[in-house]
Amino acid sequence: MSESAATQTIVIVGAGQAGGETASELRKQGFTGRIVLVGEETHVPYRRPPLSKAYLSGTATEESLYILPPAGLEKARIEFIGGVRAERIDRATKQLHLSDGRVLDYDKLVLATGGRARVLSLPGAERANVFPLRSIADVQAMRTHCLDGKSAVIIGGGFIGLEVAAVAIKLGMKVTVLEGLPRVLARVTVPEVSTFFERIHREAGVDLRTGVQITAFEGEPLVTHVLLGDGSRIAADFILAGIGQVPNVELAQQAGLAVDNGIVVDEYSRTADPDIYAAGDCANHPNEFYGCRLRLESVQNAMEQGRVVAAGLLGKAQVYNVVPWFWSDQYDLKLQMVGLSAGFDRMVLRGDLNARAFAAFYLKDGRLIAADTVGRPQDFMFAKKLVAMRAVVDPQVLADEAVPLKSLLPAAA
Amino acid sequence: MPTITFLEPDGKAHVVEAQLGLSVMEVATRNDVPGIIGECGGCCTCATCHVYVDADWYGRLESADEMEQGMLEGAVEPGPLSRLSCQIKVTDAIEGLVVSIPAGQL
Repeated sequence: MSESAATQTIVIVGAGQAGGETASELRKQGFTGRIVLVGEETHVPYRRPPLSKAYLSGTATEESLYILPPAGLEKARIEFIGGVRAERIDRATKQLHLSDGRVLDYDKLVLATGGRARVLSLPGAERANVFPLRSIADVQAMRTHCLDGKSAVIIGGGFIGLEVAAVAIKLGMKVTVLEGLPRVLARVTVPEVSTFFERIHREAGVDLRTGVQITAFEGEPLVTHVLLGDGSRIAADFILAGIGQVPNVELAQQAGLAVDNGIVVDEYSRTADPDIYAAGDCANHPNEFYGCRLRLESVQNAMEQGRVVAAGLLGKAQVYNVVPWFWSDQYDLKLQMVGLSAGFDRMVLRGDLNARAFAAFYLKDGRLIAADTVGRPQDFMFAKKLVAMRAVVDPQVLADEAVPLKSLLPAAA
Repeated sequence: MPTITFLEPDGKAHVVEAQLGLSVMEVATRNDVPGIIGECGGCCTCATCHVYVDADWYGRLESADEMEQGMLEGAVEPGPLSRLSCQIKVTDAIEGLVVSIPAGQL
């Protein structure tokens, strides 16, 4: 944007973490024009990671989740339109049509439409006590069932499912986790780490079953039992379906923009239309670090890509080249992961999988490409740096707890 | 409401009113203080809210737990007065708190 920036309008579709971060970064970088943030939820931008953790357990209030409360939005002169869907983009006239009939003119448009929870394809999945977990509203609805002595059936042994299981156990509930694959966290880690988490949950009292097939929901209007392929019948006061997310790409698709597992963007987070960018869970970017296209579902991705979009909008194009990291809080344990371990040829363990603190390092051709750590924050932080450097590391040093990982870094790092 | 001062490395001060019950990180992000990001939302997992606490204040705060200490080791330019601002709660006792933002985070 040039000298006329003060009269420009940037419209951001999606008031989640990517949209909120883009808006706030535009102001931090000195953009003086109009910013309009359109959200389908009525809430101002809020932090989603605590939803399945502190917010569900009741230790975080709704207010504390807000990144930009109304006063902050006002101060930053960000116009927020909540509770409204963006229906259609008219690229020829550069207009965005909203579900309430409003039409917004834009100079630049940012698609931060996020994703939605994948819905179970099973009759009964629409019943009122079967929940997804994506929003404040989802947790509020679910929480009325999260009471001491009630039974929770959690479908999906991923991060969301296991985090909710941990909270539900702490709340005194009877918890069953059902995973279709042979192990939990199969999409994100190795069997050894999956086994560790399965043990932790079973020790905490979770009835965790892997390799199961769910055949039916019984009970109307509310589901009362979940039936499995092996004939078992599990009582349920509520059911959480934590089976992944689907990116919201329809708006881009209807506008004729390329979509392939997300909205296709270039290394600067631009779509093929020079006036339309995309960021966050909905965007599929070429990742130079991994040499392939990635669509990441993480808060780090939402925020860092949001900042890259803001820079690009202001004519300071930056290449988005992130080394992904993720985390999960379960009971008193913190799992921290950096990099993508797919394709590793050697795993090295530091610490003891039977203890509650260990690190699993993943190497490929001698280089550290990823690490999963539990209760070892130093190892996580230094692994982050080593992975980013594509460092060649000595497996024996990695395995030796007596040698701090820090010592593997060049002095300046 | 207590007042907190955030100092940029060049000395520029952001003096803000802090809402009780929030964390110092949340106060910073809600007031667009640069260099404090709070990517993980305040659960001691990313170290992007790292600050140096004013020397007079450091000993008056509750000390960092093991997890926070571990994260701080790998933070940007850590020092003896380093803390993660998400782990410092806003209470009346921190009226006048002064923290500095590490240059490497800007």
